[in-house]
Amino acid sequence: MGLRTFRGGVHPFEGKDLSKDKPVEEYLPKGDLVFPVSQHIGAPAQPVVAVGDTVKKGQLIAEAGGFVSANIYSSVSGTVKSIALHRVATGDMVNSIVIENDGNYEEVEYDAVDDIMTLSKEEIIEKVKKAGVVGMGGAGFPTHVKLSPKDPEKIDYIIANCAECEPYLTSDYRRMLDNPELLVGGIKIVLQLFDNAKGVLGVENNKPDCIAKLEALCKDEPRIEVVPLQTKYPQGGERQLIKAVTGREINSRMLPADAGCIVDNVETLVCIYRAVKEGKPVTNRIFTVTGDAVNDPRNFYVSVGTNYAELLEAAGGLKESGAEKMISGGPMMGFSMFDLNVPITKTNSSLLCLTSDDVSHLEPSACINCGRCVEACPEMLVPSRLAKQADRKLGEEFEKWNGMECIECGSCSFICPARRPLAQSIKTMKKDILAARRKK
Amino acid sequence: MDNILHVSSSPHVRAKDSTNRIMAYVILALLPTTLFGIFNFGPKALLLIVLTIASCVGTEWVFEKIIHKKSTISDLSAVVTGLLLALNLPVTLPWWEAVLGGVFAIAIVKMMFGGLGQNFMNPALGARCFLLIAFAADMTNFQTDTYTGATPLAAMRNGEIINSMDALIGRTAGTIGETSTIAILIGAIILILLGVITLAIPASYLITFVIFMLLFGGHGFDMYYIVAQLCSGGIMLGAFFMATDYVTSPITPRGRILFGICCGFLTGLFRCFGANAEGVSFAIILSNLLVPMIEKITIPCAFGQVKEKKEGK
Repeated sequence: MGLRTFRGGVHPFEGKDLSKDKPVEEYLPKGDLVFPVSQHIGAPAQPVVAVGDTVKKGQLIAEAGGFVSANIYSSVSGTVKSIALHRVATGDMVNSIVIENDGNYEEVEYDAVDDIMTLSKEEIIEKVKKAGVVGMGGAGFPTHVKLSPKDPEKIDYIIANCAECEPYLTSDYRRMLDNPELLVGGIKIVLQLFDNAKGVLGVENNKPDCIAKLEALCKDEPRIEVVPLQTKYPQGGERQLIKAVTGREINSRMLPADAGCIVDNVETLVCIYRAVKEGKPVTNRIFTVTGDAVNDPRNFYVSVGTNYAELLEAAGGLKESGAEKMISGGPMMGFSMFDLNVPITKTNSSLLCLTSDDVSHLEPSACINCGRCVEACPEMLVPSRLAKQADRKLGEEFEKWNGMECIECGSCSFICPARRPLAQSIKTMKKDILAARRKK
Repeated sequence: MDNILHVSSSPHVRAKDSTNRIMAYVILALLPTTLFGIFNFGPKALLLIVLTIASCVGTEWVFEKIIHKKSTISDLSAVVTGLLLALNLPVTLPWWEAVLGGVFAIAIVKMMFGGLGQNFMNPALGARCFLLIAFAADMTNFQTDTYTGATPLAAMRNGEIINSMDALIGRTAGTIGETSTIAILIGAIILILLGVITLAIPASYLITFVIFMLLFGGHGFDMYYIVAQLCSGGIMLGAFFMATDYVTSPITPRGRILFGICCGFLTGLFRCFGANAEGVSFAIILSNLLVPMIEKITIPCAFGQVKEKKEGK
């Protein structure tokens, strides 16, 4: 029997060799730090500081604006310079708190816990909530909400998403190699919340060193298992990972909890551990600066709020050839950027600079109905047909062909021999339909 | 930033296979058949192949010039059409009829409906059927200096027993490309290994055909007869190279199997009960017409939906 996986998917060029062997270096920011109040899914956080206030590292600067929302903390000490709209990596303008860094890194006292086992379930969730932990893999879903399902008894799998299937990204890889104990510590805390659950670390088999390390670490943990997964994009998609690990399938109208699963990304579990054990809020993360256009690709331990352009300089800047495309995130689902003067948020994991933009040099041609997109689609859709319906704004047909199930992984556009921007059409249609539904 | 950055929707990378690379793979896979056809039928075969391809490519170029569209001949699809059409012609065909076939395939069947990807009928087969109706005598004249007898299919229909080994190798009368089952199978293996086609359509086609022949072929479970049927006529070329044409076959996985079954059933029907010994071209073309219906009833179930239904939600 082969390795566990899902049906469909593609094999893009991995590109991880550029930065995977570079140890994580702490980077201390120089310029101003920018903290958008929306670094998560849900209501924006409400600023609790005013212009002119002095803040310390680890001090709350914006408070969750509802249950589905998250606290935001300063990652440096300094003075609040302004609270105004600022551009973020996706290109949107978001209300942001700007802090002038005094370079002293004065830190607040944290409320550490000696023995986690003495904490009640409610206390653990409260600590996670307080620390502002969100899905650090990119989605930014507030973690305390995920940890509070309707029926905790029915959760039987806690899955650590260690797939890191996006090409080029190596932040999770470094985390698993450098601090696997934090990751395992995180999953143990979550297991403490769910009595009937078993912990699974799903790792793609292109990281055998991580698998070996985690297996050694979990040798004496009866409730935790390391599961090697086939290397295939999008193995780290939530639905695909659940399928690979448990054999269960969920669709767009279900949550992982409906299939008895809770899925958290590597960095998120590390943040859970820090929040509960050390009482530390989310102020830092691992961030990869990579791509063939970067002089010295590497991994940084950065402060949330650090400027992208500043970090690119720290990685030796661009090569003389320059970059044609800069992407926040990976090449499959990341956002291409037109401005590097944006802050790193909790959910950003990399800056990818490519000398040549694959996409703009290729001319889309007519669909030849070859069916490669159908084979590649992990959601078993017919992307070429959906894109056609989307281009003609045939919403009803689009929904009949299950268009709303699309997870926007981009496998269809990647594989299309006619170079058609299938995912783009489908994503646009999905947005239109969701907007129309909200109006009703 | 001084330099201009490109901005587009994700994904930002693409796979290597492009449309013209796929077409080049098909041409490569047709080479064994083409070379055997030239070897078997002589230089006249080569002439017909070159003329038909030139006529197809030329027609596409002229057509797009007239309607002021960007030329698409570099995608190689017209070359594939021309080559497939030539392989479906008898070597005795007058050259101008072959050229006319090429013009019909591209101008009428393909470009009139919107060009590559829009035609609902396989252009090469559409042209072959057009020629078959327009020049019935020329299109069924398989008498050459080497082969003076009937085609294996016609011979079988007359109750004669044919030499299966000849049919397998291709030393028989027939169209330029249909005679050698071995050459076609080599091409089929190339297509499958290069990931151009899957077995869904050819397998369902051939299995359905065999079942039909067992039931209605009038020879019962005579394996020799079945093998002879499979190795003669255009069924192998049809199953692996024509029925698998992307544009005119369903895109849905279950639809492909259903489509193959339709082709197999109709081929059997035409061969057993039709006026002609052969029926592959008509079977595939008729099935092409059913594709929109087939796709409609075979919309795949999305990931996670089957289970939801089972749970009775």
